[in-house]
Amino acid sequence: MQALCRDCLTLSTPSRRCAHCGSRRMLAHAELSDLAIAHMDCDAFYASVEKRDNPELADKPLIIGGGRRGVVSTACYIARIRGVRSAMPMFQALKLCPEAVVLKPRMTAYAEASRSIRAMMQDLTPAIEPLSLDEAFLDLTGTARLHGAPPAVMLARLTNRMRDELGLTGSIGLSYNKFLAKVASDLDKPRGFSVIGRGDAAAFLRDRPVSLIWGIGPSAQSALERAGIRTFADLLRWERTELVARFGATGDRLWHLARGEDTRPVSADAPVKSISNETTFDADTDDTDILDGHLWRMAEKVSDRAKAKDLAGQVVTLKLKRADHSTLTRRVALRDATHMADTIYRTARGLFDRVADLGPFRLLGCGISDLVSADQADKSGDLLDPEAAQRGRAERATDAIRNRFGSDAIRKGRALR
Amino acid sequence: MKISIERSTLLKAVSQAQSVVERRNTIPILANVLIEADGNEVQFRATDLDIEVLDKSPAQVERAGATTVAATTLHEIVRKLPDGALVVLTADEAAGRLTVEAGRSNFTLATLPKEDFPVMASSEYETSFTAKAAVLRRLFDKSKFAISTEETRYYLNGVYMHISESDGGNVLRCVATDGHRLARIDADLPEGAAGMPGVIVPRKTVGELRKLLEDDEMDIAVSVSETKVRFATPNITLTSKVIDGTFPDYSRVIPQGNNRRLEVDAAEFAQAVDRVATVSSERSRAVKLQLGEDRLILSVNAPDSGAAEEELAVAYGDEPLEIGFNAKYLLEIATQVDRENAVFLFNSSGDPTLMREGNDTSAVYVVMPMRV
Repeated sequence: MQALCRDCLTLSTPSRRCAHCGSRRMLAHAELSDLAIAHMDCDAFYASVEKRDNPELADKPLIIGGGRRGVVSTACYIARIRGVRSAMPMFQALKLCPEAVVLKPRMTAYAEASRSIRAMMQDLTPAIEPLSLDEAFLDLTGTARLHGAPPAVMLARLTNRMRDELGLTGSIGLSYNKFLAKVASDLDKPRGFSVIGRGDAAAFLRDRPVSLIWGIGPSAQSALERAGIRTFADLLRWERTELVARFGATGDRLWHLARGEDTRPVSADAPVKSISNETTFDADTDDTDILDGHLWRMAEKVSDRAKAKDLAGQVVTLKLKRADHSTLTRRVALRDATHMADTIYRTARGLFDRVADLGPFRLLGCGISDLVSADQADKSGDLLDPEAAQRGRAERATDAIRNRFGSDAIRKGRALR
Repeated sequence: MKISIERSTLLKAVSQAQSVVERRNTIPILANVLIEADGNEVQFRATDLDIEVLDKSPAQVERAGATTVAATTLHEIVRKLPDGALVVLTADEAAGRLTVEAGRSNFTLATLPKEDFPVMASSEYETSFTAKAAVLRRLFDKSKFAISTEETRYYLNGVYMHISESDGGNVLRCVATDGHRLARIDADLPEGAAGMPGVIVPRKTVGELRKLLEDDEMDIAVSVSETKVRFATPNITLTSKVIDGTFPDYSRVIPQGNNRRLEVDAAEFAQAVDRVATVSSERSRAVKLQLGEDRLILSVNAPDSGAAEEELAVAYGDEPLEIGFNAKYLLEIATQVDRENAVFLFNSSGDPTLMREGNDTSAVYVVMPMRV
């Protein structure tokens, strides 16, 4: 068995302290030098960036979220001790931790930090699959000779560099596939490094709940529970065909995951499945004019992102959250895929009009899905809307102006509502 | 209630009823057909609250009465009985059962009380007229393909039946459109139809109506009000709510100035479109039309799956033109043409195209082009 000192990065035989530098941060595992698929997850990323940039916040509980009414995007570890969690409504978080400092997210700062981390990861491998600003899969297969060190050493070096050069920390999960790497990175947060090898995967999974699987949410969980499946051991009792019969493609995936198998590659450009944007309001509203303004801005953001990626959507979705936090979604398939803000807005507005009287609302979002390439978009016009072609030309002209002079150079009146 | 009825008569009545009842409904009584027997006649009534169909059939009524029973189950049973059988229906109101007997077969079905059955309120019809089945069949058959399924523009989910002016006279007109194609079909104004309010006849009603129109010479009594429309033969009465909405002003959609004229054999054209479209697997298959002096090249280019091209001899004398269409839309309008050549009138590759049969303006189709 080999052991890695996470401070001086020397490999030695397992012991409590590093023989070289005396550090206690020792990581021992039988397959330490053989594993190459990793998941890196920053620790309380948004909060850590804020604390780094403003040392006065260092020992205060800190919550990053959209104002007093939105939800928690990130809570620092001090706030987490009090029970604050991501995605928790802000009022609830503040009930648990009233003295917390609440900051609105500064996405540009986080994006900047994310880019720096991404650049450090690029030094390890080009096979990086970012899941968001603060987490990514890395495939270091075959890089040992290039780096002169096994992946485990390079990953420990990566988090050390992040700490020293960027003032940010992250946790590493190292395994032989994406599923287990992601599970591992969560085991020892913050500043963690966990390894799940081929030899210990089965024993590790056996008594864990299936909710460990990314994508198994509360509803899938209860469906599984109805079938008597709570842990991975329960899953192992099922025949593959039975699982497929009951849960379809998901069943097949579950069968493999239960055996620690996951063949999904780490892919640098995973296909986008949908593009959406949403916003939580400062105050609940049923004012159609205000909601219309939000709807236009959301449609425009979705359109901007779709155009930037050369994609168009066949389906438009509207999402609303009512004052009691219940969510309404409405979707409609278009005859012709689109990425035009005007079409997305008008379609979503049609959906909105049918549920408008269910307000007041606290959140509004819209998006497109069933994506196709942009050259398949907006191919035919609408007989009953002869002005649509003209509005399309106006939108293209507007885009050209915004590309040249910035996104605020020209706006629609309704964007100001 | 106890009646004896000929199997084929019963089957006709029950199959009409079961197609009206909503299969996925949460109100049990709406799955049932109301059977009322009196004199020497039995009435079958079914509704989905928007459409009601009433069938009167001759039967030997031993004991008058009424009950309701699941329409689909009764239909399935009658369908499976041997042809020519005599069916005896006996309702036991107290036990809530209906027995169905034919030969040695015997079925018992649960019933619901007739009082629970929602009978559509009768209304005052402003206009009533009579039209031959063949006339109505042409009006609806040639327009229904263009009915929209889009929920947001619900007022397009039917055929707009109204009175309109054409060549100085009034006509009975049916229009349907989904924003991509439009059909406008005219018929001579039936006596008594003048002053009829325009109504949007829902898609499902159009489907049910079609079953009443098989016999060319049958007189159909049509009654129209602002909110309802009724079509009746001597035996069957179909009553439907109309779509509560305003049909868009379609007249501005029909191009007036298109003067590039293509004349082509409709059947040949449809077959060629169908053939070249085979290579494309996309949801909306685009066909390109390249027009030159007396020839038309149809082509499909699907980068992922292949390409196809076919040339047709046509009559065309204008400047060359390239224009794309959704293959399905082209096929649908081309198959409406059954007597003469199809005449297409184009403007530019971005403008709506008009199609009609020869010089007959009583059936006009408009289709939106597609970028290819």
